[in-house]
Amino acid sequence: MIEVRTITKRYGNLTAIDRVTFRVDKGEVLAFLGPNGAGKTTTMRILTSFIPATEGTAQVAGFDCAEQPDEVKKRIGYLPETPPVYQELTVSEYLAFVGKLRGLSGAELTAGMDRVMERLSLGSVRQRLIANLSRGYRQRVGLAQALIHDPPVLILDEPTVGLDPKQIIEIRELIKSLAGSHSVILSTHILPEATAVCQRVVIINGGRIVAEDTPDQLSARLRRSEKISVTLKTPPADVLERFREVAGVEHVLATSEPHTVLIECALGRDIREEVARFVVGLDWGLLEMKPVSMTLEDVFLKLTQREDGLPKANDASESERH
Amino acid sequence: MQAKASDTKPMPPVQAIIAKELRSYFVSPIVYVVGGVFLLTFGFLAYLYIVFTGAQAIQLMQMQGSTAQINLNDLVFRNLFASMRFVLLLILPILTMRLLAEERKLRTFEFLMTAPVRVSEIIVGKFISVYLVFLGMLLLTTLVPLTLALFSDFDWYPVLTGYLGMTLLGGFFLAVGLFASSITENQIVAAFTSFGLLLMCWLLAGLGSLLGDTPAGHVVSYLSFMEHFDHLVRGLIDTKDLVYYVSGTVLMLFLAHRVVDSSRWK
Repeated sequence: MIEVRTITKRYGNLTAIDRVTFRVDKGEVLAFLGPNGAGKTTTMRILTSFIPATEGTAQVAGFDCAEQPDEVKKRIGYLPETPPVYQELTVSEYLAFVGKLRGLSGAELTAGMDRVMERLSLGSVRQRLIANLSRGYRQRVGLAQALIHDPPVLILDEPTVGLDPKQIIEIRELIKSLAGSHSVILSTHILPEATAVCQRVVIINGGRIVAEDTPDQLSARLRRSEKISVTLKTPPADVLERFREVAGVEHVLATSEPHTVLIECALGRDIREEVARFVVGLDWGLLEMKPVSMTLEDVFLKLTQREDGLPKANDASESERH
Repeated sequence: MQAKASDTKPMPPVQAIIAKELRSYFVSPIVYVVGGVFLLTFGFLAYLYIVFTGAQAIQLMQMQGSTAQINLNDLVFRNLFASMRFVLLLILPILTMRLLAEERKLRTFEFLMTAPVRVSEIIVGKFISVYLVFLGMLLLTTLVPLTLALFSDFDWYPVLTGYLGMTLLGGFFLAVGLFASSITENQIVAAFTSFGLLLMCWLLAGLGSLLGDTPAGHVVSYLSFMEHFDHLVRGLIDTKDLVYYVSGTVLMLFLAHRVVDSSRWK
């Protein structure tokens, strides 16, 4: 549905995005994850034909974003960073205006308006001036605007900004319900959001894609070993050396907690049983033992920090955080 | 909105834009303030010219002892229309300043540009909406000649051409204002840019008369809106003048179109 091939965007000397390539299939939800200023908005603006790429091509539903902007615009619903609302209109006037610009009229327009107002629970504010609405409601009006013509492709720039936790969950549910019938790209810097609603994550940093995969795969890929965290009641002073006796253990690391150690073994091996038997046999008082998996947050930090050229020595201190 | 789409044919985007812009004008105080000032000024100026004319008539009567023929066309309407040039120059940029600058400021510009609407449709829609507002204001001023017609005799023809002149001049001013509004996101800057452009255009008349009866002088005078307006106020409909206003308006709208279109390429 969306096909981006090596697009680069330069503003003078500044390269906002650098040879970005990715694709989104029909019915897929893709998260665009990255710190502020990573190039998320620029990429979205290219996809919506708002700005052209300096190099490379972007296609939406088979139409080129630079060559056939009219066809592309018809098929896209777009929520920019700031909800594009006219303060002096009421919610229903605004949505009617958007619908008319989108070529809806008559019964079709009414149906579209009713549908989005119901989905985004805007019914109670339909006659209120947008100027008098709270940030959360404006954001929802912005989303309603993107959905009114039921476009096959949705591009949402930080759709949950400014919403309260309950609304965030509602919007996530809404986006999930769009999956399957719509192709969605959403940008976010909130990691749980990407894990919660997306099938695939593209991590972008400094204008470049640093990783692209499913949230699970991403953390698996970056994990170079299995880690187990063990908390003991009475660990001996040489606990780190003693654990190395256990078959399969590769490294043992101290953590910031004096009674907790981190045991690493080769990827794909599960040595929890051996470790448990060993600890119980020595009567060290096993309080807790759990596998440590890398969260998307760790992946994200790892990838974006490496991109910044931080020394690899950081990896050790990172592991210690577990 | 008020336009309940009774037909099943989709409303062209231009129509939707016009309806929305008119709505925006009438819910904001701008139209009421600008319209109020415009009508007050028009009425007050008309009153002054009529009173002066009356005083002159009494003087003439006392001197000549007979009812002198007072020409209202010359003494009231020509002066009134000539003064209105300046009033329009001051007032119309206030009407146009928000048109595109506000869209940029409030970030609705990106929405318009990513909607399946052509830039030309946006420009034309916005121009027509502000033009309708202006024509509405102008229509209300016809109360002055209509009231005068009840009590006196004058030639309607130059009054009508004077109104034609105001209509054309206003369109040109609004197009300049729309262009000024396209280049900035600051409404004050937009208003002052259009004041500046219009004053420069006015002063070309002065430069033209300085250059006198030379080819350059003729060209410069032609570029100013002054003499074209004077012709119309005196009751002369010359194609040259009509072409001046229409082409000036179209040129300004075209420039606004280029600016908006090129903003994507920055």
